[in-house]
Amino acid sequence: MRKLIRFATDYANYVLKGGKQFYAWMATLAVFIVAMLYVFYLQNTEGLIVTGMTSQIHEGLYFANLVFLVGVAAGAVTIVFPAYVYHHEGMHKVSVLGEMLAITAVIMVMMFVFAHMGRPDRLWHMIPPWGIYSLSSMLGWDVLVLTGYLILNIICGFYYLWCKYTGNPINKRWFIPLVFVAIAWALSIHTVTAFLIATMPARPMWHHTVMPIRFIATAFAAGPALIILIFLIIRKTTKFWIDDSAIQLLSTIVTWCLGIAIFLTLSEVVIELYARTEHANGLYYLMFGLHGLTRLVPWFWSAVVLMVGAFILFLTPAVRNNMKLLSIACAMAFTGIWIEKGMGLIVPGFIPSPIGEVTEYYPSFVEWLMTLGIWAFGFFVLTILLKGAIGILLGDIKFGGQTAVAK
Amino acid sequence: MTPAQPPSIDSGQTESPSAATPASANPATYAPAPAAPQTSRRSFLKAGGMLSLSSLMGTAALMTQSDDAHAAAEWAEHFQKNYRLMTDQEKLEARVRLERRYSAEYGKPVSVDITGPQPGVLMGYALNIRKCIGCRRCVHACVAENNQSRGTRPGEKIEWIQVLRMERGKFEAEKMDHGYPEGLGIQVGGNAYTPAGQVLEGQFHYNPEAVPEKDATYMPIACMQCEKPPCVKVCPVRTTYREGDGPVVIDYNWCIGCRMCMGACPYWARRINVTTPVLPKAEMNPVTHYLGNRPRMRGVVEKCHWCLQRTRHGRYPACVEVCPVGARKFGNLLDPESEVSKVLERKNVFRLKADLNTFPKFFYFYD
Repeated sequence: MRKLIRFATDYANYVLKGGKQFYAWMATLAVFIVAMLYVFYLQNTEGLIVTGMTSQIHEGLYFANLVFLVGVAAGAVTIVFPAYVYHHEGMHKVSVLGEMLAITAVIMVMMFVFAHMGRPDRLWHMIPPWGIYSLSSMLGWDVLVLTGYLILNIICGFYYLWCKYTGNPINKRWFIPLVFVAIAWALSIHTVTAFLIATMPARPMWHHTVMPIRFIATAFAAGPALIILIFLIIRKTTKFWIDDSAIQLLSTIVTWCLGIAIFLTLSEVVIELYARTEHANGLYYLMFGLHGLTRLVPWFWSAVVLMVGAFILFLTPAVRNNMKLLSIACAMAFTGIWIEKGMGLIVPGFIPSPIGEVTEYYPSFVEWLMTLGIWAFGFFVLTILLKGAIGILLGDIKFGGQTAVAK
Repeated sequence: MTPAQPPSIDSGQTESPSAATPASANPATYAPAPAAPQTSRRSFLKAGGMLSLSSLMGTAALMTQSDDAHAAAEWAEHFQKNYRLMTDQEKLEARVRLERRYSAEYGKPVSVDITGPQPGVLMGYALNIRKCIGCRRCVHACVAENNQSRGTRPGEKIEWIQVLRMERGKFEAEKMDHGYPEGLGIQVGGNAYTPAGQVLEGQFHYNPEAVPEKDATYMPIACMQCEKPPCVKVCPVRTTYREGDGPVVIDYNWCIGCRMCMGACPYWARRINVTTPVLPKAEMNPVTHYLGNRPRMRGVVEKCHWCLQRTRHGRYPACVEVCPVGARKFGNLLDPESEVSKVLERKNVFRLKADLNTFPKFFYFYD
């Protein structure tokens, strides 16, 4: 117990101390977080009317980010899987960082759930014994698997850090099986999220079997793309060195998952537009506009350019071996998928409405502020988690050692 | 009807015996509770209006035995169970709580009916699309009857019935050979078609000087009260469910506003209250049902429930009553003598989007 308190205080001491740059970064994020709290208050006093959502298009920026971030959370498995299944040396060293990213992403997803709900004050209605848990609801399953994934990652990640901190050996008899459970679980969170929207025949744009695999493919492209960017920042700002081999493997994963994602999108375009039934209206709206409404057309095509451009860059040896250029390709892939899988997937599902009404959706300023705030909160949490984890991996935080201060 | 035993409720020091007596469906026989001061409730709500904070504040309010009946009612509502799982006693308490709150809020005696499904009744609906003239009186009667929001800001105006305008279409001799590709012997397709009998996207917000229009037919659409409702399946908290006598209802106090049901509904029958509904006191219909037309709150979903406040007492839904051409028929599917049963027996009927296996109890027919 004493050890645990020491762990917490050592961890906090290390994380809270930093240079000017660190404080400036955290303060900037805090500003956005405060703004987010204000708009959350606004949303829960005025109502969702302060957003751009309507009865026609009732899922927007929040739901889009929610879906995307479930993918990022699942994408963390691209570190853990090679580390524990293929015993990849470089990955093994940093697998705990992937778990920290997964924790952060799931927390962000939950915040977007709160932002999305009409009555967040009643969310306890979902939690037995006070509330009712419905087994027939995909949203119920989604909450279940996400909570499970969060707990698994907290246990695996912090147990690993705890062992490094105390210097005790890891108890592999339960730790390794738990890691494998977490790997399978990562697939489940994104599959269920795909089921969430694909199980609605009322929305033909989403009602197809390719959705889960498309979700996984885009997740395993966007997730590691973000991880590469974070790794490059870590290499630059801390003493912690991440092996080239780890980054190389991640970029290979990004390349081919991105390739599969592009292929699946193309297949969908051909199949839907060849027959051009009414069920293709959503996709048609996204690509070319419908009834003169073209709000999402530039949005879609920018995603295409970013994703295909990133894919070509990843295939070019001169780019993927150059860390500077690689970061550009990663940023392009990440942004492209955020656009395509976020608003580009969610919003056209509602256009036209099931009775043929074509309306458009404009995220309001409140929605942008809320979204920015939640992302800022995510980076806030991620910074704390990564800084602490790296401190422990470096041996700066150690039981019985002097309380070290980060560079 | 419910027993006449008045339930004892918290913070009821000032209540008169008449206020606690459960009201009948007729508001005339009901004496309202003394109106609670409006201002203190507002400030109270503002103070604790957010999230879990509200739970704490609510407990505090109950523990301090607040005199403010309004606030107490709000907090008690906050902690109540899903309607379906309430005991009869709890339903009665909830009903009295609401009656008192609504009566004070709207300045007139409001009754909240909790009559359950009647034995031997399965509600059904049939609509004669040949007769419909697109006047939309049903839409307006529905809004008035069911206390829908009447605001002007986008999303504040809610209508449960939509009347779709369908093109009659027109085929002309000179277009008959306009095939494509042009100039080649074999035509892959033609351009002689018109969208006859089709709802053109976005065109149901029609506003003609007179109905019926020459070049259009009409198809009213609202909740189909499906036997296999996809909306109920996706609800994570079971707040929307099928009642024993057929209609799919919503417990507005249990709804978390996740809007999954709206995504799942193939008929666009559901609406979200993006803000506190705009319901002028004078226009508020005081005869309400708990699962039906009682005033809704911000952030919850609502939909057609076949006027439970009327139909459970042997009356027609408002839309049926108001239809000037008699296109709408409503009745008990289990009674062979009811109008709906007669329609099903003798007319050609169809259901909308039958391919989705939702099995609506709302039938279209023509004669």
